[in-house]
Amino acid sequence: MIKLIGIAVVALGFALRLNTLLVVMAAGICTGLAAGVPLDDLMADFGRAFVENRYVTLPVVLMLPVIGLLEEHGLRERAETLVRRVKAATPGRVLLVYTAIRQISISLGVNIGGHPAMVRPLVAPMAEAAARSLWEGAALPAEAAAQTTGHSASDANSAASALQNNPAALRAEAGPLPDAAVQTVRAHAAAAENVGNFFGEDTVFAVSAVLLIHGVLEAQGVKTSVWELSFWGIPTALIAFGCMAWRALRLDGRLRHHAVREQSKEDAAP
Amino acid sequence: MSLLNLPLFYVLAGIFLWLVALRIAADRAHPKRWGAGLFWALLGTVFLTGDRLPPVLVGYGVLALTVLAATGQVKASRAGGSSPAVRRAEADRLQNRIFWPAILIPATAVACTLGLSRVHFGGWRLVAPENLTVTGVGLGAVVATAAAWRLTRARPLTPVAEGGRLLQSIGWALVLPQMLAALGVIFAHAGVGAVVAGLVADTLPAQFPFVAVLAYCAGMALFTMCLGNAFAAFPVITLGIGLPFVVQAHHGNPAIMAAIGMLSGYCGTLMTPMAANFNVVPAMLLELKDKNAVIKAQIPIGLAVLTANILLMYFTVYRIG
Repeated sequence: MIKLIGIAVVALGFALRLNTLLVVMAAGICTGLAAGVPLDDLMADFGRAFVENRYVTLPVVLMLPVIGLLEEHGLRERAETLVRRVKAATPGRVLLVYTAIRQISISLGVNIGGHPAMVRPLVAPMAEAAARSLWEGAALPAEAAAQTTGHSASDANSAASALQNNPAALRAEAGPLPDAAVQTVRAHAAAAENVGNFFGEDTVFAVSAVLLIHGVLEAQGVKTSVWELSFWGIPTALIAFGCMAWRALRLDGRLRHHAVREQSKEDAAP
Repeated sequence: MSLLNLPLFYVLAGIFLWLVALRIAADRAHPKRWGAGLFWALLGTVFLTGDRLPPVLVGYGVLALTVLAATGQVKASRAGGSSPAVRRAEADRLQNRIFWPAILIPATAVACTLGLSRVHFGGWRLVAPENLTVTGVGLGAVVATAAAWRLTRARPLTPVAEGGRLLQSIGWALVLPQMLAALGVIFAHAGVGAVVAGLVADTLPAQFPFVAVLAYCAGMALFTMCLGNAFAAFPVITLGIGLPFVVQAHHGNPAIMAAIGMLSGYCGTLMTPMAANFNVVPAMLLELKDKNAVIKAQIPIGLAVLTANILLMYFTVYRIG
């Protein structure tokens, strides 16, 4: 039981919001000492594992110079411009398409994507741009509706045609996309990457996860076929995509709702 | 022997980290030039010479990284990037050409996996066969950096400056995945998994087939949340709960159990800060104010998929032979 002290340290550390590196190091040291490992051996274990796992950090580090350089030269701005031209683009749809591409490609053994290479420079800005379009678009009918109820029909008509002639004026009135919405859209972009990555992997073609399962069971004398293992990954892959679709459409719905409410609040103020 | 292998890319990453460290140390306006510089220099050293240093020395080096991070030394420099107006002008000038280097990253990685890995001259291979995915991504990054450099006509050290800016916005969270992997090794040495599996097995009424499935799937998710890694949780929970109860006691199908069990572990990965490379590093990379925002966005998906997995397994594992 004393060996579980590490898990307790992690739980306590997260609860107290201490620095995560410190919590992890303390959990390791407590667990090791509780199991009777001398401190120097423990540090050697830590050092060895840290060096062996450099490959986890490597793609992020190597990706930063090129992504930083491209961002300085307008990569995100260009991605936003392109999405703005697609009328049907909403943040939810952009993210859902990305999850689909990610799931299908990784199930064929092609690992494109990743948070530094795809999400930060392309997927998140595209979703944000679509959110801005949605925000401004959703404010438009609300504006027109407020005009019709408040004034005579002819006034409403002239106001509506004025809006049509000068959509820029309306955009200014709709106000910028609130920061909280930007944060939510970005968090969902990271989620779209993770869901696509995790739940596409174990289907169709044998990859590391399937081989690990196969190996662990075989070591226990349980025979399974790699094909059977990957086949039973398919239902969950479809369910996960369905859940992502639900979350993505909900994101659109909430954003639209928020935009309309914000707009009517501004109308009621004066 | 091979021309392109993981150690080569470790050296490149180490050089980049050292250059960033030196730039920080030389920056008089940096709020913590010595502390932050030391942090990235230590990490750069681990990348450059990690496998030649004695592990115990690296271990104390990691302790030093932790102390620097916990005492607030790893701050980002104040110097920002170029203004939005400049970036917009560049976007208008370069148009869609700006995407080419970005597309080269996955394209090179795919070419590496599918084609380049087969190229060899006698005993010499072009790409090392082990760790092919990571090597491919590394090669993609280098090729794309060269292409972006040419396209933007940037000065030689500009990629280091811009990459360094992003590196500092991630901060100490960058090494969290490596730290957690190390913690997993310590847990495994100490036999933490066996204790957890034993506890679950002793306390649950596993004579009911549904309880066996529930305990296995929820056990995979929960233990993955503790370790941050489904691959580490899988052998422990499968040998401790899955095989004895679902397969041996109730004659479930091992392939269905294991496949859905691993995916239940992934549901745990969506819901834990311990899976730092998927949940915490991206939050820093996207400059989110709440570093748990990604986890919060994923919890509904994790719970929904986990529930579906439990039902799916219960309705198939005992019926399909």
